[in-house]
Amino acid sequence: MAAELQLAAAEGRRVAPGDAETAAFAVRGMTVSYGPKPAVFSVDMTVPEGSMTAVIGPNGAGKSTLLKAALGLQTPLAGRATAFGQPVTDVRDRIAYVPQRASVDWGFPTRVIDVVAMGLYREMGLLGRFGARLKARAADAIARVGMAEFADRQIGQLSGGQQQRVFLARALAQDADLYLLDEPFAGVDAATEKAIIAVLKELKARGKTVVAVHHDLSTVTEYFDRVVLLNVRKIAEGAVGEAFTADTLRAAYGGRLAAADLPGAVHAI
Amino acid sequence: MLFEALTLGLGYNASLVTLGAAALGMAAGVTGTFLYLRKRALVSDAISHATLPGIAAAFMLAVALGGDGRGLPVLLLGSAVSAALGLLAVQWLASRTRLTEDAAIGAVLSVFFGFGVVLLTVIQTLSTGRQAGLEDFLLGATAGMLRSEALLIAVGGLVTLAIVVVLRRPMLMTAFDPSHASAMGVNLTRTDIAMMGLVMAVTVVGLKIVGLILIVALLIIPPVAARFWSDRADRVVLLAGVVGGVAGWVGAAFSATAADLPTGPMIVLAAFALFCLSFLLAPGRGLMAAALRAASFRTRVHLRQGLLAIANDQPIYETLTLRLLARRGLALPDGVPTEAGRAAAARARLDEERWAIVRADPSLELAAARYDGLTPLEDVLTVDQISEIDARRPAPEALA
Ligand SMILES: Nc1ncnc2c1ncn2[C@@H]1O[C@H](COP(=O)(O)OP(=O)(O)OP(=O)(O)O)[C@@H](O)[C@H]1O
Ligand SMILES: [Mg+2]
Repeated sequence: MAAELQLAAAEGRRVAPGDAETAAFAVRGMTVSYGPKPAVFSVDMTVPEGSMTAVIGPNGAGKSTLLKAALGLQTPLAGRATAFGQPVTDVRDRIAYVPQRASVDWGFPTRVIDVVAMGLYREMGLLGRFGARLKARAADAIARVGMAEFADRQIGQLSGGQQQRVFLARALAQDADLYLLDEPFAGVDAATEKAIIAVLKELKARGKTVVAVHHDLSTVTEYFDRVVLLNVRKIAEGAVGEAFTADTLRAAYGGRLAAADLPGAVHAI
Repeated sequence: MLFEALTLGLGYNASLVTLGAAALGMAAGVTGTFLYLRKRALVSDAISHATLPGIAAAFMLAVALGGDGRGLPVLLLGSAVSAALGLLAVQWLASRTRLTEDAAIGAVLSVFFGFGVVLLTVIQTLSTGRQAGLEDFLLGATAGMLRSEALLIAVGGLVTLAIVVVLRRPMLMTAFDPSHASAMGVNLTRTDIAMMGLVMAVTVVGLKIVGLILIVALLIIPPVAARFWSDRADRVVLLAGVVGGVAGWVGAAFSATAADLPTGPMIVLAAFALFCLSFLLAPGRGLMAAALRAASFRTRVHLRQGLLAIANDQPIYETLTLRLLARRGLALPDGVPTEAGRAAAARARLDEERWAIVRADPSLELAAARYDGLTPLEDVLTVDQISEIDARRPAPEALA
């Protein structure tokens, strides 16, 4: 079964664009399956350095799976992922990942500052000290998401949106070059969303690359410069103006999308 | 006698046993914290029960080979092998069959333990002359323990501690958020194997002192007790080590005072006593602190409500509110406010109005987050900020 899928994946995909070498993040021929049905099928994706890319698609489209497989958290049937021209596993220091609405134990004995310090693990290693320099970096990351007041709180004593910001801070502390964010705006209020997007735009301004799974079609144009539309297969990819159209959205979401949700309508407002 | 035991005054061997028990308790508490945070406590119960057939088989094998069969290293080796088999069996059942982990644990625990009991019975009927005292491994016994054995246990405990120090970060990250840990390059499988390996080491090392039935308690009670004292994982780990160490020390000393007191239950009871103390007395999360906090909170709520009612000329019906106001001289027992009561009421209302402005201003989000209807704004903002807010209040005459 697995072999069949692998074969299909190999045959089915077109020759990959050759720019994986220079891209900040590139996925080639990625096929992932949890059972007999692939969740992600032969997906190619190329993210240029310094861009902000939205990964869009309906629930169950395989967006999270694609990110997880690219990071090696899920073993793909076929395909590979590179960052800055090297296998992802070789450049972990340069990649920060924020999982989808982390399903952690909120009663865990850990404060905001401790969670953010986990983003510094690659630098601390097993026995390195969490010294003044690293502490300052963690504090700075917390301040950037507006959580300075809460640094010493146990994480269970935060609201959902505040918890989301803590996980973003953990990624910021890492000071990576590529940020893979799985629905950073899920369950946050409008003010927090503004704060988060400001942080992401600042990353982009500093030449960092951001890839975010995003669900709110009405803000795609405002927040991102590139999109990847996904529904098991890749539907479209490119600059927002070209790839994010009524046609591609219909292809990704099927008939389930009201006309008012389509980009044409958004632009008309 | 107890005093001598606690202060290592019962001679060299007894002292060594007490120290060994303390080292073991520390290792168990520290290791157990990671187990507890990773939510694998029950797996360790399966592991410990799975040691029994290994002990018995190692004894039989040693006797068959013409040895004594009672040498601790041989028995511990046997227990480690069958504990590992038990762990593998749990993992295999949980991942390859439709059994859930708790069912797998139940199955492995009972089958291995049952098999071990059968082997023990066989040993008893076969070699009546050389009763090996293998039953001591069930509940732990330190009477007649050899010096070398105590030393082995103490060293085993300390080595385990050292390994924990090295692996604490990956183990904590794995326990807290496995996907993130993995994305940071932590190898989840290896970390989990290392953690279970440490648990197995503590179990095996602790067999002689605590016994296989109760070792899980020594792994779990210390972190649960420590959790009451801190919200920081590193401190919980340290405190659990302290709780385990003290429990080992006190328990071993107690059991040394009477010939037939099994060591394991004494140590576990000592740990449980420390748990009760933590549960009752810990500041913050302890029962008493929580009760005190709740009472003081209720008082503040009632006072505030009463004052706001006075400010708005509303009647007060709650008897508790009336009593609290009267006790503080803010109102007469029938609810008529005193002079001081009116002044306090005006202040309360002013505070509410200021808070309303703060909460509507997005630039004051951080301060607004501290609104609970009770904290005076003076505690949150500076005098300058407050006068700036007062300037925004619509009707200054309300100040009067
Ligand atoms: N651990 C798992 N085991 C089995 N199937 C899974 C698992 N995780 C995801 N799936 C399946 O794979 C498909 C893709 O899931 P994925 O989580 O990647 O979707 P998604 O695009 O991120 O959706 P959402 O918008 O809801 O987050 C779904 O059909 C889902 O049911
Ligand atoms: Mg998802």
